[in-house]
Parts: sequence; C-alpha cells; structure tokens
Amino acid sequence: MNLDGSPLGEVSPPESFGALLRVRGLEPRWDAGSGGLRLEAPEATTVLAFRYADGVIMAGDRRATAGNIIAHRNVQKVFPADAFSAVAISGVAGVAAELVRLFQTELEHYEKLEGSRLSLDGKANHLAAMIRHHLPMAFQGLVVVPLFCGFDEIGQCGRLYSFDVVGGRYEETDYAATGSGGRDAKLYIRTAFQDGMSHDDALRLALEALVAAAEEDTSTGGPDLQRSIYPNVVVVSADGYQEVEEEAVAATARDVMGGLS
Amino acid sequence: MTLPFYVPPEQLMKDRAEYARKGIARGKAILAVDYQDGILVVAENPSGTLQKIGEVYDRIAFAGAGKYNEFEALRVAGVRHADLKGYAYARSDVTAKGLANAYSQALGHIFTQEVKPYEVEIMVAEVGLTNEENRLYKVLYDGTLYDEEHFSAIGGQSEQLTALLEERFVPGADLGQATAWAREVFTVAMEREFAPSDWEAAVVDRTLGRRTFRRLSADELAG
Repeated sequence: MNLDGSPLGEVSPPESFGALLRVRGLEPRWDAGSGGLRLEAPEATTVLAFRYADGVIMAGDRRATAGNIIAHRNVQKVFPADAFSAVAISGVAGVAAELVRLFQTELEHYEKLEGSRLSLDGKANHLAAMIRHHLPMAFQGLVVVPLFCGFDEIGQCGRLYSFDVVGGRYEETDYAATGSGGRDAKLYIRTAFQDGMSHDDALRLALEALVAAAEEDTSTGGPDLQRSIYPNVVVVSADGYQEVEEEAVAATARDVMGGLS
Repeated sequence: MTLPFYVPPEQLMKDRAEYARKGIARGKAILAVDYQDGILVVAENPSGTLQKIGEVYDRIAFAGAGKYNEFEALRVAGVRHADLKGYAYARSDVTAKGLANAYSQALGHIFTQEVKPYEVEIMVAEVGLTNEENRLYKVLYDGTLYDEEHFSAIGGQSEQLTALLEERFVPGADLGQATAWAREVFTVAMEREFAPSDWEAAVVDRTLGRRTFRRLSADELAG
C-alpha cells in the first residue's frame, strides 16, 4: 500500500471509506453467482433495543445456528458503532460481522477526515445504504438486517432505528427488535415497556424479553447459566457507549431465569 | 522551437531544496515531547479550526508544518493508508514506522518527479505500551526520514526549539510539566509571549483506551 502523489480527488466522496475500498478494489463481496448455490450459513438471532431514562439499551442473544445445528454458543451480536452509537446484527453471521466492521471503520474514517462525528441520522442513513448495497446478496439468501441505536448529541436523547432487507430505515419511538425471535421479544417489551425506566429496570426487561424469545424460538439462546454465557447488553447515554458489566447481567439473568422456572 | 538549457542535476536539486526550505521556514513550528503517559504535540496555531495536528489511528498522531493544503493532503493520505491497512489486516498491524516510510516514499517521489516540491515537514508520533516503545519520526520535504528520541520539532526555528528543550527535558515528566516546557521553549525561541488561544495541542495518551488521541483545551495549556 503506497501513498501516492495526489492523494485527494481520486475517491468520491473523499471522506468515505467504502468509496476508498471500491477504488482500490478491496470491497467485501459474497457473490455466489446465479447457480442457485445453497449454503448452510450460521444465522438467526434475537436482538432488541429500547429507550430508557438515560438513553437507549441494546441487547442480543449469543447463539448462532446453521439449520438445526447450534454453530456457536458465544457469538457477539451487539457492537459499538462509535463512541455514541451501537449496532446489533441479525441474519447471516459471517456477512453481518464483516458489515459491522466496515461500518465501524467507515464512521471512524469520516470522523478523522472531517474532524467531527456524523450526525445520528447520518450514521443510520449510511447503514441503510450499506444494506441496500448488499441487496443482490440478500436475493441469494445471505440476508443481513441490523438494528441501530445511539445518543443524539444535538437533540440530547436516545434514538433507535430498525431496518428491512432492502435498506429501508425506520426510526422507532420506543422499542425495536429483529431476528427470528424478534417478534416474541417485541411482544414481551410491548406489554412491559414504560417511559423513563431506570437502568436496572431496563436491564431486567431486556433480559426478560430475550428469555421470552428463547422460550419460543429455537434459534435464540437464552442465558446459559451452566456455561456462564450471558447475553451482551450495552447502553448508550450522554456518557457514550458502555457495555453493561457481565456480573450485573449474570445476576439479573439468574434472577429472571429463577423467576420463570 | 528552442531546446531547454542544460541544468546540472546538483543545481536542480539544490534549487528545489532551497525553494522548499524557504517555504517551511515561513511556517510556524510544532514540537513533540514524551511525558509519562505518552507523547504531547504542541503547535503554534492561531486558527481554532484549521488544524496542524490530527489523529491517524488508535495510537498514532500526525503533525504537519509548512503549506496547509500540502500537509492536509498528506494527513488524509495517512488516514486512508492506516484505515485500509487496519481493515485489511488487524488494528495492531498499523504502525508509525510503516506510515513514516510511506510518507518518506511519497515526499521523496514528489521532490524528484513533480514540478514543485512540497513545502512541508511531517511528524508521526506513536505511543507505545511503555515510553521506551514510543516512536517519533520526522519526514522532511525531500523524503529524508529521522527516527527521533524523546522529542522532536518541525517547521521554522525547529532547531532552536529542540536545542532549548534538550537543556530542560527529563524523562517521565507529567503532562503539566511537558506543557510548561513547550510554553517556555516557544517563548524563548520566538522571543515573544503567547496567549492560550495561540496554541493547538494534542496528546496520544496510553491511558485513554483504544483511541489514544485527545486534543487539549486552552485551559490545559494556560498553565
């Protein structure tokens, strides 16, 4: 990799990392051709996000399945996007993880070149464009649907966005969930959601909803008390992105599971 | 049609070097110095928005003196180089050494091949896990690359700044001490007083987590 004499002008838009990758021919591709190739790629998930008093909370289960096989028990599906936003993924694990890495790099690249962070809407729009760009892969069965949330530094509030497979971007007022168990999680949150929940109440609701989804959906893993594998839970508030400590998640998860059995 | 006059290569290089040096000497200086948690970079820069110091990657900062559009282009190229490398391989594979080498190659190429050499000097600072692993490189307009230890300066009067700092520098000083040194050597070298808003300063600080780059506020520089 070389720096050339005229580093500006060849990339359009100049602050985009994705455009830079395309110019250099390095963009990730998963084209499987039109041969109707059927892969058993690890997929399916429950990830959810909702607003609480300080901002937004986001949680995801840890299971990846391939057909009826549990492919991985401790997959991470909730990631920091930058200092003030988080992204969660559902769909084909390998593709989704690469998409997240690209999204993270894109946001940081923009921030360094421009000297300021993208607005929260800007980040969500860019993520939507990335999903739209991957539509041909979705037709081949390599579907990825993210969930995005963050703290709006201008409006000083937590906001969340859901997406569809064609790159539609929908801002949600209170809660959102996606993945194979997303419907069950959303139903649970709908009945229990309240405005301005405390951090502890929000953590409990997030875990209860995940447990509810895991009860109904084989592709969603509940908290695994035997192996000490717990859901990933993060919050984004005025202080920025923070992972909820595993001990706090574990204690609440044990409590929630105890309550159910 | 007339043939161009023959100019001996020695003369050509000398003229280009002189041209570049003149441009750089007009530029304001930038100083970098080790302190206990990382590296401090201080520049004289009355503009609050057009910056000379920038974040390149997790542990790497960039500083450029001379012509703004030229070092800004190099900064952008550096961020692209680093982000591409970190994305293609791993974040830990992006090093100041690789970046400084790329700058050296680019500036060397421009100096000999282009119509006009870049009137810039570049500094690349990388904070290590310990101060012994800190890296500080200086690249000149013709691609000459220096591996510096503990401190370095670029731009006009850079030699005076390093000479003055040499007399004061003690390894392992805290940030307050390092900024005090910077204020002092600038004041002595330039023979005038500075207001806090005349400075632009940033650190790469190993205690800050993954992204170690942080800009200092005017209050922190006021002393």
